[in-house]
Amino acid sequence: MSFLVELLVSILIVAGAGFALIGSIGLVRLPDFYTRLHAPTKATTLGMGCLLVASIALISLAEAELSVHELLITLFLFITAPVTAHMLAKTALHYDIGFVRGTRGKELASKARERVSPKENDE
Amino acid sequence: MPLHSIFLLLVWLGLNNTLAPGHIVLGGILAFLIPLVVAGLHTPQPRVQRYGLACRYVLMVMYDIVVANIEVAIRILGPMKNLKPGFVAVPIETHNELMLTILASTISLTPGTVSAEVTKDRKWLYVHVLHMEDEEALIQQIKERYERKLREVFGC
Repeated sequence: MSFLVELLVSILIVAGAGFALIGSIGLVRLPDFYTRLHAPTKATTLGMGCLLVASIALISLAEAELSVHELLITLFLFITAPVTAHMLAKTALHYDIGFVRGTRGKELASKARERVSPKENDE
Repeated sequence: MPLHSIFLLLVWLGLNNTLAPGHIVLGGILAFLIPLVVAGLHTPQPRVQRYGLACRYVLMVMYDIVVANIEVAIRILGPMKNLKPGFVAVPIETHNELMLTILASTISLTPGTVSAEVTKDRKWLYVHVLHMEDEEALIQQIKERYERKLREVFGC
């Protein structure tokens, strides 16, 4: 295996692991449920993306056979990740989980819970 | 239906990571039968009208994911008191289920924004934002950058 391939794959693996790590740090540091939701989306998109590209590059270049498993993993991840995030956010809204202080537009949460337009004044 | 069959065959071959004739035959049979079996579950959806634009949309979203990832990474590692989370209602004009799903998924996939709820009349999308400098700019970005292009892709 040539040095360049090794270098490329190493950089991608380190970058992917780095983004996954930052996603986990985000889970610990961020102040409330809603902001924490943003951390895992990072880990699944760019973190996994880098690792999968590294895997494709390694298998395709080093073993000289095209590997397309990873493309399918990317496809399934990109279909399922936003749905999970959406369902979690929705559940949190309906359980009336509080926002961190200083969140703008907090008052919209009750409207969102009722699934009505923010402009309606029927309270 | 033929598109579904081709897609199923490609996924089958991809999952098995092979181009062996046996798998092509087996995948071909499955790709022919599965769409027939599930045809009753199928609800009519708008078709992609402009494939070139659709590809550009996917590439643009990927680019945005990379940029937003780096921005969010800096926010996470930075001081928490500078964080300005926000909750906004974005007015939307796409009322079709498929397009709404793609729009909401795009918003959730780009780090920093998560779509949380849609109103019953499908005119507003509630979005939670990790760091919001300017509410108007964010709404404009979602409408101009994603929604308008999505409508062009589906030709409406």
